[in-house]
Amino acid sequence: MWLDDGGTVLASALRLTAPLAFAACGEYLAERAGTLNISVEGMMLSGAFGAVAVGSATGSPTVGLFAGALVGLLVALVHANLSHRIQINTFVVGLVINTLVLGLTSFLLQTAEFSRSQVSQVRIPVLADIPMIGVVFEQRWPFYLLLLVVPLTWFLVNRTRWGLELRAVGENPQAADVSGIKVNLRRRQAVLWCGLMSGLGGAYLSVGLVGSFNTNMTAGRGFIVIAAVIFGAWRLKGTLLGCFLFGAADALRLALPSLGVELNPQLLVAAPYLLALAVMVLMAKSQREPRALSKPFERGLV
Amino acid sequence: MTTVSGPAGTPRRPLAGYIVGSVGLRRPSADAWRTAGITVLCVAVAVGLAALLVTFADGSPVEVVDALFTGSVADTAGWSQTLVNAAPLLLVALGACIANRAGVFNIGQEGQLLIGAMVGCFVALRLQGPGWIVITVALVAAAFGGGAWSGISAAMYYTRGTNVVVTTLLLTFIAAQVVQFAVNSPSLLQEEGMGSGPARPQSDAVPDYLRLASFGQYPDLTIGVGVIVAVVATVVLAVLLARSRWGFRLTMLGLNPMAARHAGVRASRLGGSALVLSGAFAGLAGGVILLGTVFRLQPAISNNFGWDGLLVALVARSRPGLALPVAVLFGALRSGSSYLAATGVPDYLVDVVQALLVLAFVVPPVLSTLWARRLRNRAPVADTPARPTAAAPAKEEVQV
Repeated sequence: MWLDDGGTVLASALRLTAPLAFAACGEYLAERAGTLNISVEGMMLSGAFGAVAVGSATGSPTVGLFAGALVGLLVALVHANLSHRIQINTFVVGLVINTLVLGLTSFLLQTAEFSRSQVSQVRIPVLADIPMIGVVFEQRWPFYLLLLVVPLTWFLVNRTRWGLELRAVGENPQAADVSGIKVNLRRRQAVLWCGLMSGLGGAYLSVGLVGSFNTNMTAGRGFIVIAAVIFGAWRLKGTLLGCFLFGAADALRLALPSLGVELNPQLLVAAPYLLALAVMVLMAKSQREPRALSKPFERGLV
Repeated sequence: MTTVSGPAGTPRRPLAGYIVGSVGLRRPSADAWRTAGITVLCVAVAVGLAALLVTFADGSPVEVVDALFTGSVADTAGWSQTLVNAAPLLLVALGACIANRAGVFNIGQEGQLLIGAMVGCFVALRLQGPGWIVITVALVAAAFGGGAWSGISAAMYYTRGTNVVVTTLLLTFIAAQVVQFAVNSPSLLQEEGMGSGPARPQSDAVPDYLRLASFGQYPDLTIGVGVIVAVVATVVLAVLLARSRWGFRLTMLGLNPMAARHAGVRASRLGGSALVLSGAFAGLAGGVILLGTVFRLQPAISNNFGWDGLLVALVARSRPGLALPVAVLFGALRSGSSYLAATGVPDYLVDVVQALLVLAFVVPPVLSTLWARRLRNRAPVADTPARPTAAAPAKEEVQV
């Protein structure tokens, strides 16, 4: 009995973790390059919308999924150029983009009809029969893209020259600049990766999990992603752990009433934010944060 | 370099100077003209995009403008609604102006507003006494609530160095859950069920005698106390920011924290108080919404007033004098949006327009600066062949 319950909660936790994990890969990379990107919410939302729009236009949710990622990339292109080319405060840009995307997607949703489209489920034969953890092997197929995206992000940041330059730009842009790295170019590229991943995360949410789009579908998940990156102390492993933890908290909130357990639902919703704040306060002095995080770079200024 | 100040002998006119300086009007420099030109262009693009969106939704832009106009400023009833919307927007924007001036970017107004409304509601429902005392105490308590909420961020920033933007942002979502908790707990603020049906997640209504008075009756223009409070606060703040020692220090801290510290400004005290004050304004806005229009605490009471108020401050470039007309414009868009249904265009159009407007006002100054820098960088190259002898000493001067 409890095995079944555990399996159900785990399945739901995984489903809720995946969109966060996609976007967190992007946000992690952007933050390592020094951009605290709050428009990740807008990127996810636009990705979710784009996926459903293209999915219902072409009739193929798979095409929709990748189109969603591209829409996220488009939003990132706007953000990157506004904040790292003409140097508008990145938080102002993020705030406006979030408002704009929320308004635009809600507007377009009401002006057009979209048919349901959802990607297919993949069941890995033997493994899916394992009690409790079998649910891991019975997911919508884009879930398994995580197996590609997570190692790729880690590899990009930690094992390539490009990633080294990214980290240098996030730690000490002045030094990076004098050694010949194009600081703002690297930051723009990092934001673009963030847009691609967040768009994919949003698309997974809409054509992967739900099959349709509704107003403000992401409902603050982008901010949870930011919380997860902080919670993970700007390391990919910790970030993904944070995503799973927050996804599980969300799953528990949905499952607890039916399991007959009394736990304050508001506390569970607030948990990611509380944990992120606690980590920020406790680890403030441990220097894990990229030192130039959210500091704009302009040549000649210190 | 870029500022063209008036001739040295310009006679000072104190009173006019106060007014003009407070509103933010100056003798326009070349930079200002350029910025204004780009702004006009950007606004035109924004309006064009909005019109495109309207045609995409099978609406007619003329009808939409007409509906927005009818709902907001065509008659006195529309104006009343516009002002009711503008008051909290303006209050939030004023707070944002203070924080922005001090260089601490507070984006958690939505949460501070919610907490303010909650604290105000608690006081209004629990405190017994004559109406005007309870109202005053409730509004002050609302301001304290909002201030305390942003004070958490201030404390974290100045003791542990955490990023203010992130903490204020995260605290917004925590605030939403705190309010949810309050209106779901019968022992705190949840309403007493009216016999039939379960109690809904909202507080009891604030009794009639505790609601903010307004002057004027329905068909005529009605002006609520909230509007008056907001306008008075704007004037006071505009003068303080432009003319007082406090305002000067605040601006100095925002423009160059290092220089400010050398000049004896205590960053933690001044910046922290600016952050608290900006939260207090948001909290006050929450109190005004609670006692002025909604009358009971609901989780959705903030209704994006916090976010939009911040946008108002961005459009106004952190100048209280400019925030006033911008808040009225945003208030008008809000009240006009309810008339959009008849045109068949979704009222989310207004959100898009607001965001585009912010972009149209945020981008030009930056572009203008970039442009000026480019012109400046190009200038010596053009000069060199004409005055070859003057080039050498000028170069040395630069190096000093």
